[in-house]
Amino acid sequence: MNTTAVFDSREQTHQSLERLRAAAGRLNRPVKFMEICGTHTMSAFRCGLHSLMPENVTLLSGPGCPVCVTSQSDIDQLIDLAHHAKATICTYGDMLRVAGSHGSLEECRAAGADIRMVYSSLDAVEIARLDFSRQVVFAAVGFETTTPSSAVAVLEAERMGLHNFTILSSHKRIMPAMRALLDSGDVRIDGFLCPGHVAVIVGADVFEPIVRNYHLPCIIAGFEGPQIAAALARLTELVADGTPALENYYSQAVTAHGNTTAQKVIEQVFVPADWQWRGLGDLKDSGLALRPHYAHFDARLRFSVRREQVKETPGCRCGDVITGRATPPECRLFATACTPVRAIGPCMVSSEGTCQAWFKYSRVKFARKAGVLS
Amino acid sequence: MTAASPSRKTSSTGSRISLAHGGGGQLTDELFVSAILPRLGNSVLNDLLDSAQFAGAGRLAMTIDSYIVQPLKFPGGDIGRLCISGTVNDLAVCGARPLGIALSLILTEGLDRQVLEDVLDSIAATANLADVKVVTGDTKVVGHGHGDGIYITTAGVGAAGPYVLHPSQVRPGDVLIISGPIADHGMAVMLARQMPHVKSAVRSDVAPLNHMIADLLEGVPGVVFLRDPTRGGLAGVAADLAARTGLHITLNETDIPVRPQTLHAADMLGIDPLDVANEGKIVVVVRPDSAAQALEALREDKHGKEACIVGSVGVDEDGICELRTSMGGRRILQKPYGEQLPRIC
Repeated sequence: MNTTAVFDSREQTHQSLERLRAAAGRLNRPVKFMEICGTHTMSAFRCGLHSLMPENVTLLSGPGCPVCVTSQSDIDQLIDLAHHAKATICTYGDMLRVAGSHGSLEECRAAGADIRMVYSSLDAVEIARLDFSRQVVFAAVGFETTTPSSAVAVLEAERMGLHNFTILSSHKRIMPAMRALLDSGDVRIDGFLCPGHVAVIVGADVFEPIVRNYHLPCIIAGFEGPQIAAALARLTELVADGTPALENYYSQAVTAHGNTTAQKVIEQVFVPADWQWRGLGDLKDSGLALRPHYAHFDARLRFSVRREQVKETPGCRCGDVITGRATPPECRLFATACTPVRAIGPCMVSSEGTCQAWFKYSRVKFARKAGVLS
Repeated sequence: MTAASPSRKTSSTGSRISLAHGGGGQLTDELFVSAILPRLGNSVLNDLLDSAQFAGAGRLAMTIDSYIVQPLKFPGGDIGRLCISGTVNDLAVCGARPLGIALSLILTEGLDRQVLEDVLDSIAATANLADVKVVTGDTKVVGHGHGDGIYITTAGVGAAGPYVLHPSQVRPGDVLIISGPIADHGMAVMLARQMPHVKSAVRSDVAPLNHMIADLLEGVPGVVFLRDPTRGGLAGVAADLAARTGLHITLNETDIPVRPQTLHAADMLGIDPLDVANEGKIVVVVRPDSAAQALEALREDKHGKEACIVGSVGVDEDGICELRTSMGGRRILQKPYGEQLPRIC
């Protein structure tokens, strides 16, 4: 887009792509990098980066889209709260269309439940403050990036003495997921494009063990196409040179130790807990539950919500897609039964989801197959 | 939706109407194709143009639209300016001169009378700008909890011009022009609705464009198709045109004008400006040798000062709309699906 605020990035991108090609040429084998951030997924597709990469370099999307890794069980619990406890559910926008076992929050809203889209956790607190007759539940979802704002909402509700506000935490931590992925052994990854937003909070140093223990290069990158291209070029060079390292290409926002204020707020309100991930199953200490001191803000406890084990949709390979074991077209539902209009798997629902990004921005023949393009 | 539902009709295609069905995207299309056209389809309706043209009735054009915007007043406009502009523009892009507007108001019990009078003043001022009269109307009031302040439906009748503006006229080599920066209306309303506390420089572009369009059509012979990129945005119009012509359409991202404040607002909410509604812009498809002349004609008008060429029609018969990105990459553009959902982070 030709705004005056956007600098001409072509030259910088051109140089990065040249470096990427040169390093890829030295490798003589396919290399796979993984990004673990929905915004990276979207940005790479939106700027057409995949169409510019050398054939032997692939960028996979890992479990970094918060909606994609939210278990069906969590969606079911929110719907249950809306229907049976008559609670007002406040949610970020793209959780609306994610299917649980029996439908989505959007369908639940169409059937008359009070489901509201909010832009901030504090909007949910405000809704609770304005109507004491309603129980308001905030669907707290996301990685370390959004966790501080959920923590602040809880602290604010406590300060106000609100008895009608709770959260249903689906918050997750990125490192246990990365470790689980690497320890599972069946995912071959040559390096990580580390999530810029999460790194702003947790700090760059958190990724150091990936280099030390798994000998994989990690680059923390920003979200503009040229920044991603530069990071991919560097990753490929580090692989070609056999010198894995952690480098911070987003230093304007990310420091070595991160945002310690935000970390303290998270620490004050939440405690690591074993958590269920879509596609990865139960992972030790991978989630964030409310500390006992704040248990009265836990919707699961207040409404005695049961956490049922949910069988994922037969045929849906979102789990394989977010762990890099399969690309979307390898799923038999992709672009046939599962399209953005009729999304079955969460990776197709979220605008950040890998399947939607593939479908929307990339592969012509699949779009045609689905009849979206005539 | 009951938990017992055995068939897996997930998300927005269940047995109930969802907000996304009204988003002007693929879900709206699906409602047309699966529910409306099978029952009401005919040779005029099936064309799905912005206005219907009656061949044998003194060359009249007719259109109708409903307006349910919240807040009623937003930076750059209000529901009054919107309802007249939208209907006038739907007639104008089909080459028709607006003759009269029918106005239907559905008001909610308890509405502040001053709010209504302000909207009526805005309707009068905008009709005056467009040089069109409100010639008939209707008013209903619904009880508390059954409406949302003011809903407006406007129908317009116009005198069809001598122009054939239809996707069937579009040929390889034709050029796509946008009359100015995109996404201002949708972002202004979204910010006003969802973040009223945020001060923003984003202003809706809502305006009646019939004079600009009339000058364009009178002055430039090579114009073959016009559309106002309202809901669904520029991406919706371009993807729809590719699908309807069966030709390959290419847009160049670096050529597409977006104001910085609008782009930043869209980035913040994780929304693609290409998908966002405009209410004061047109997409012009013109023969290549008339493109310069069309640009000149548009730039003569205050609503077209920043008009520019954004793409072209190719020879491939694949019905695909492609964006050449500013980085030099390529991706497919599709009509958005429905309601625009901001991203989590």
